Amino acid sequence: MTTMLAIFGPLLMGGAFGFLLQRGKVTSCNVIENQFRLRDFTVLKVMGTAIVVGGIGVLLLIDTGNSKYYVKDANMLGVALGAALFGVGMVVYGYCPGTALGAIASGSIHALVGALGMVAGAILYALSFDWLKAHVLNVWTLGKVRLPDITGIPDAVWFAALAVGAGLFFWWIESREARKA
Amino acid sequence: MTTLTHDIARQFPRTARIDWSPYLVGAGIGVLSWIAFAAFGDPIGVTTAYSRIASWFATPLIGADGVAQNSYWKSMPLKWDYGVWFLVGIPLGAFLSAWLSGTWRLELVPEVWEERFGPSIIKRFAAAFLGGVVIMYGARLAGGCTSGHGISGGLQLALSSWLFLAVMFATGLAVSALMFRKS
Repeated sequence: MTTMLAIFGPLLMGGAFGFLLQRGKVTSCNVIENQFRLRDFTVLKVMGTAIVVGGIGVLLLIDTGNSKYYVKDANMLGVALGAALFGVGMVVYGYCPGTALGAIASGSIHALVGALGMVAGAILYALSFDWLKAHVLNVWTLGKVRLPDITGIPDAVWFAALAVGAGLFFWWIESREARKA
Repeated sequence: MTTLTHDIARQFPRTARIDWSPYLVGAGIGVLSWIAFAAFGDPIGVTTAYSRIASWFATPLIGADGVAQNSYWKSMPLKWDYGVWFLVGIPLGAFLSAWLSGTWRLELVPEVWEERFGPSIIKRFAAAFLGGVVIMYGARLAGGCTSGHGISGGLQLALSSWLFLAVMFATGLAVSALMFRKS
């Protein structure tokens, strides 16, 4: 029974995630490229809503003792360099690692070729890990910190600001898109 | 009559067959995160599992001993854990959605790419491969991707994840402007 749950639980979760990504059109290379060209805001709409809705729920779950934080280490240099490479790779590839898997299943052959590249990238990372650990990952390490910790601004204020900010931004985007159409 | 059907076809282009609002999809992913945190204690993420699987591909290249002695794979050995099954689920769900919505189609060279760089399949495949190498190296260096950092870390207001989001989008905008500049 537990093995069944250990397999079908994540399989269902991943399936729902893949289903949503495909329905959200973010498994399309065109949609992703046009986000970075500021011609299509689907990616930001999906991510922004996921962060606000997910964040408020997870905050409540943690406050009521039903979950805990899983924050990643802020190795500032490693994260910044990695994110910069990620941005380059995402525009050249046209996908991110998760949406690529959804794209392959929707018939994208070039996404499959890029997935082999991702395997190569993961191997290269493992082979260079010792050097990175000694020279990059140990620079400017702040640990598993959260924005409310370092700013002193409480979670509720952050989420209120995020929700209002995202709401106004999307309202502006929608009215702009309506004018164009 | 032909004009009428033509008009209808024009009003409902291919992509319109997936008609879920991006906000609905985003909210759905948010709710999925609640379940991931509360029921499984394992936030949505993709690239850690990629690393585990990559060790299997590395075995014929550097040998089983090379993989076993690698300090990174020691901390992240190949095993069928939550993340790997989650990874397997993504294409299954996406295929189901593509099939149900009739949007499954073979794509060798995407439209935006073809408009800018022409129809060469070799050129597109080479770029996809290189982009794949760079994006995964970056994801591992940063400790996550658009899912693990962007969504799961972003919704926890993690400093590392918001740094990731800011740098990733800024770099992407700059590279995109260079790549798609009018020559």
